[in-house]
Amino acid sequence: MIKENDYLNTIADQCLSKAKKLGSTEASVLVMNSISENVNIRNRKLDGSTRSENLGITLTTYIGKKKSSISSSNLSEKNLDNLINRCVESTKITPEDELNSLADEELYFNGDKNLDLYDETILENKQKIDYINEAEEEAFSKKDIVNTNGSGFSQNKSNFVLANSNGFSDGYKTSQFTAYCEVVSKSNGSMERDYEYSSKRFYDDILKPKDLGAKAAELALQKLNPKKIKSEKLNIIFDKRIAKSFLSAFSSAISSSAIARGTTFLKDKLNKKIFNDKINIQDKGDIKKANGSRYFDSEGVKIKPLDLVKNGDLKDFLIDTYNGKKIKLQSNGRSSGSTNLYFLNGSISFKELINSSKRILYVNETIGRGSNLITGDYSVGASGLMIENGEFSYPVSEITIAGNLNDIFKNISLANDLEFNYATNSPTMLVEGMIVGGK
Amino acid sequence: MSNLLKNTSLSINTAENIISDTLHKCDDGELYLEDTKFETVTLDDNKIKSSDYSTDSGYGFRAVTDDVIAYSHSNEISEESLKKSSENLKSTLKSKSGTYNSSIKKTNQKFYKDIDPIETKSLDSKIELLNLMNDYSRSKDASVKQVSASFIGEKKNIEILRSGGELLQDSRPLVRINISMMLEKDGRKETAVFGVGGRQSYDEYLKDDSWKKLCDEAFRIANTNLKSKPSPAGEMKVVLGPGWPAILIHEAIGHGLEGDFNRKKTSAFHNLVGQRVASEGVTIIDDGTLDNRRGSLNIDDEGTPTEKTVLIENGILKNFMQDRLNARLMNTRSTGNGRRENYKHIVLPRMRNTIMLNGKHTQEEMINSVNKGIFAVSFGGGQVDITSGKFVFNCTEAYEIVDGKIGAPLKGATLIGDGPSSLKEVLMVGNDMMLDPGIGTCGKAGQGVPVGVGQPSLLIDNMTVGGTQL
Repeated sequence: MIKENDYLNTIADQCLSKAKKLGSTEASVLVMNSISENVNIRNRKLDGSTRSENLGITLTTYIGKKKSSISSSNLSEKNLDNLINRCVESTKITPEDELNSLADEELYFNGDKNLDLYDETILENKQKIDYINEAEEEAFSKKDIVNTNGSGFSQNKSNFVLANSNGFSDGYKTSQFTAYCEVVSKSNGSMERDYEYSSKRFYDDILKPKDLGAKAAELALQKLNPKKIKSEKLNIIFDKRIAKSFLSAFSSAISSSAIARGTTFLKDKLNKKIFNDKINIQDKGDIKKANGSRYFDSEGVKIKPLDLVKNGDLKDFLIDTYNGKKIKLQSNGRSSGSTNLYFLNGSISFKELINSSKRILYVNETIGRGSNLITGDYSVGASGLMIENGEFSYPVSEITIAGNLNDIFKNISLANDLEFNYATNSPTMLVEGMIVGGK
Repeated sequence: MSNLLKNTSLSINTAENIISDTLHKCDDGELYLEDTKFETVTLDDNKIKSSDYSTDSGYGFRAVTDDVIAYSHSNEISEESLKKSSENLKSTLKSKSGTYNSSIKKTNQKFYKDIDPIETKSLDSKIELLNLMNDYSRSKDASVKQVSASFIGEKKNIEILRSGGELLQDSRPLVRINISMMLEKDGRKETAVFGVGGRQSYDEYLKDDSWKKLCDEAFRIANTNLKSKPSPAGEMKVVLGPGWPAILIHEAIGHGLEGDFNRKKTSAFHNLVGQRVASEGVTIIDDGTLDNRRGSLNIDDEGTPTEKTVLIENGILKNFMQDRLNARLMNTRSTGNGRRENYKHIVLPRMRNTIMLNGKHTQEEMINSVNKGIFAVSFGGGQVDITSGKFVFNCTEAYEIVDGKIGAPLKGATLIGDGPSSLKEVLMVGNDMMLDPGIGTCGKAGQGVPVGVGQPSLLIDNMTVGGTQL
């Protein structure tokens, strides 16, 4: 069973009072417990099961403006005493940094916790196996699906308490149910793989097994016998599962640490146009049951809803306490990064998007890291499908796509098919005029 | 005698009884115990940004029947917790009729010393040196606008308790020193990262002020990139420099030769043993026995002694890399490649130090032979799709080759290729084999493990370069 708050609170209190006794002037502690149970199957047969139980603490101590931290999974009193002692001793010899401090008290979260982030459901291993078997059965019912790379189901439950010497102390349980199915297709000597996954806080919200298996099979089958195309300039449509990666690059580029260090291509762009007028981006932590929802960040600061981009203009950054002080802005509760980050819907349908020009490359998989956040340069390996006159015509692979995020951002058009499947979500995205490297 | 159970409430006799009872009629399995200490000290933006120390200990209990793995881990090392894990394993493996394979080779081989590298250098002296690196880097040129540097040290003790009471132990130090720099000049910004590391004390890497060389190298790369021009797009000849660019071999070939993908027949190489998979003259080994190297191990995480495994000999595929499970199911022996990130993860066949051996050509010959192509000196990350064989790399230092001569530096290009065919496109193998500086971490199934790579310069006939210039 997952540990209750009372138990975690007791450990948190012990750590804070011990740190104070040893001479720390301020301290904060995170006590976290998680239990995860996974089953994996392969070719409709059990491949393995794993049960993980983790309990650990992370403690940060301050002496004036000096700071140091420790973490451990060994919570025996003797070990904790040693480590807290080591932490305080390290703090003493670490140089001062005038910006080091806990978050401002008036920013702490103290509202109601009504976002439904925890599902009590506990599934037996057999239920998990049955679920994922049904997904693989469905995939294998399709011609040319010959193998699997493995499919799985996991159930995660966690609870934590965050406490600090300013009197903040709060925590809550979250759950996550994840199913994935990855299959291999083969035909005429060509072998391809693809996957589908679904991850939600509530068991009832994840994709039904038949849909999961059918989608994985469809994706793996449509990749068979790909062609390599010539190097050329093309309009590219990014499937939702890839389009969201541009939002991830965007959020890293507007984190207050990147802004403060000057290591981002969006450094001097506040209140300037970085997308075209039609683009709007929000980050909201208070969407019920959503994967990215949370009440407060890792400093206890409440999550402020943010309009990051409005009509193409950059309006805000993702700010934590330390880096916020550096750039003279107050924390908006993003020391743990973005929450539910998404593009607002565009005005045209998916169908209109694929008919927007005669020849469009539809990209549904990329490999490689891709974005250089300092220069904005973007270059990845890709595969997908060629769209000709609004119809999907043949699969394409072993090509690269490249551009610069400054240009890409201005050339984005979005469909009106936004869904909240992940923590970061995008509608289907068209980017005009990217360079494809091929034959 | 077990050292890791010493300070716990679990006695070795109790542990042995639970292990033997749980693994009865299983084909394999063990109790893996681990105790890790970890420290990072980071300087960033002219300040010591963090000094973090952590300890982690726990166990992973594994039972294997046929091809099914049941695994349970916890950071609470107690009789109660182990019994709960045992029940969990038994409930997964209901019908078992195996015979426990108790044979495991013994070794006294030692490729690194049993030291705690965190304690062999004081926090004070680490902070002092980070400040020196920062000052030295910033004094090199007015274009240096940002510097981060860090010391990352680890000491990991592991024990493997097998059914029947056999106990295998290893004690592994690991350090890494990193520096990254951002330069800004005439409105352009570029960064570079450089580092060194391995399984010995920090001071071995800091003799004769050699930390200055780390700063010099990071500066040189970033400064070169300030002058870079957009990379071309399309197929062309590629010359790879020696050393770290061997991560191309790691991705393009290495992963496809790991036992699990081949047993499951999802690797493009699964039916190619004994066949030509690379040009003549190409020999690739995976070696866990190099002194103090990042990818070296005395024993792997199942207790098997590591070795030097020949993967490809003169272009012919010879062996896959195996852990115990995949070796048993493929009727071969473990090559000592069974590894895991830590006790929270199951064992998988993983690479150690993957190296292409020397050929007879010089780098100059290779460059001179190319009319139009690129010379890739260093890479950032890479990734591979095992099933289709496609892999990519991001170049962090590359130059154009025009009429047999090295030309202008090129902006971050991506290289994409096809694993099974790429080594058949090798036209020349160099005579300048170099190992990487000791900075590689390989990711697979969500687990990161330290690895090494090495190679001489290579000329590859045809790869696709992903740039913005048509």
